Amino acid sequence: MKCRKCSDKAVLSIPRHNTALCGLCLTEYVQIQVERAIGREKMCTKENKILVAVSGGKDSLALWDILLKLGYHADGLYVNLGIGQYSVRSRKKVEVFAELRNAMWFSQDATNDEGTGIRELADLVRRPACAACGCIKRYHFNRMAVDQDYDVLATGHNLDDEAARLMGNVLHWQQEFLEKQGPVLPASMEGFAKKIKPLYRLTEREIAAYCVVNGIDYIVQDCPLATGSRLLVYKEALNVVEQASPGSKQSFYWGFLAQQAEKFKLDHQSMSERDIALLHPCEECGQPTSSAMCSYCKLMAKTKTHKKVS
Amino acid sequence: MMKIYISQSEKTCEFQGPKQVKAILKDLDIIPETVLVIRGDGLLTEDEMVSDRDSIEIRPVISGGV
Repeated sequence: MKCRKCSDKAVLSIPRHNTALCGLCLTEYVQIQVERAIGREKMCTKENKILVAVSGGKDSLALWDILLKLGYHADGLYVNLGIGQYSVRSRKKVEVFAELRNAMWFSQDATNDEGTGIRELADLVRRPACAACGCIKRYHFNRMAVDQDYDVLATGHNLDDEAARLMGNVLHWQQEFLEKQGPVLPASMEGFAKKIKPLYRLTEREIAAYCVVNGIDYIVQDCPLATGSRLLVYKEALNVVEQASPGSKQSFYWGFLAQQAEKFKLDHQSMSERDIALLHPCEECGQPTSSAMCSYCKLMAKTKTHKKVS
Repeated sequence: MMKIYISQSEKTCEFQGPKQVKAILKDLDIIPETVLVIRGDGLLTEDEMVSDRDSIEIRPVISGGV
């Protein structure tokens, strides 16, 4: 198979674009998609300080690599969730990546603050590990971004992640979540960092190929706690559809974004205005929440209560 | 026999070669969109042939739980 752009030997076919690209053209394509996402969605500028949430996986390391190559001021934040050897190996990947690029990064130990690993924590509060993990990560990423004066927090969510999440929200008609499913969440009030997803135009496969072509050593094994996750089920279903009809994932998510943009034009109240009307500081940590205590502090409170009882 | 290593699940298997990447994935019931196929340091497209002497890695690209 030949590269459709330069006729060199292709390394990846991209059926949704009816094309195939060589290593160099793939790298260029990925970087252009990220620049396009940043520009079209007004995510950030080269004057902004960006904090990249990094896990040691392909998406976050690729995102960090691309932002640095494009000349953005991008530092990394790794949150250690205490998932045994998986956390040890993933942290090492981040460390090596940063060292090779002389990039600045922070490591936040979630196990120190809460005194327990994510698996134990999820068991204690009887929640799925992924839900507890997401809650803890969101808390630490936002807190670090705000405390360290970063302009934006960037995450490695890709087209597959967003399409699968959209499928879950639509299947269960979780309309309150649909509104916040865009690639940009504004810093609507004090205590909230602006959040961006510059990889939303790229599939997982394109990003993984970018990593291989550019020698980015990421943790290939999936998180051992993600087994049986509903998001993985949605991704599997969408990939079956994609195989039969290339471009379906893209038209599903991008079509949704186009509809949301139209809806916002007619809506008089912006997302920021709605947030300000709904949210106030958490009585424990001060981060914005719609109830008295934010979900992170509720989770921690439950853990403490359980420990006292046992 | 070609050697196939499926990372993530860390499984290995062997196939009689030569065989096209597309056919290998079909025999293993793997959707091409969900994996990369790697020989040495390079990626293989679905039309490429894998010989009996080759060792390849099939690397799943689907991740995430939240």
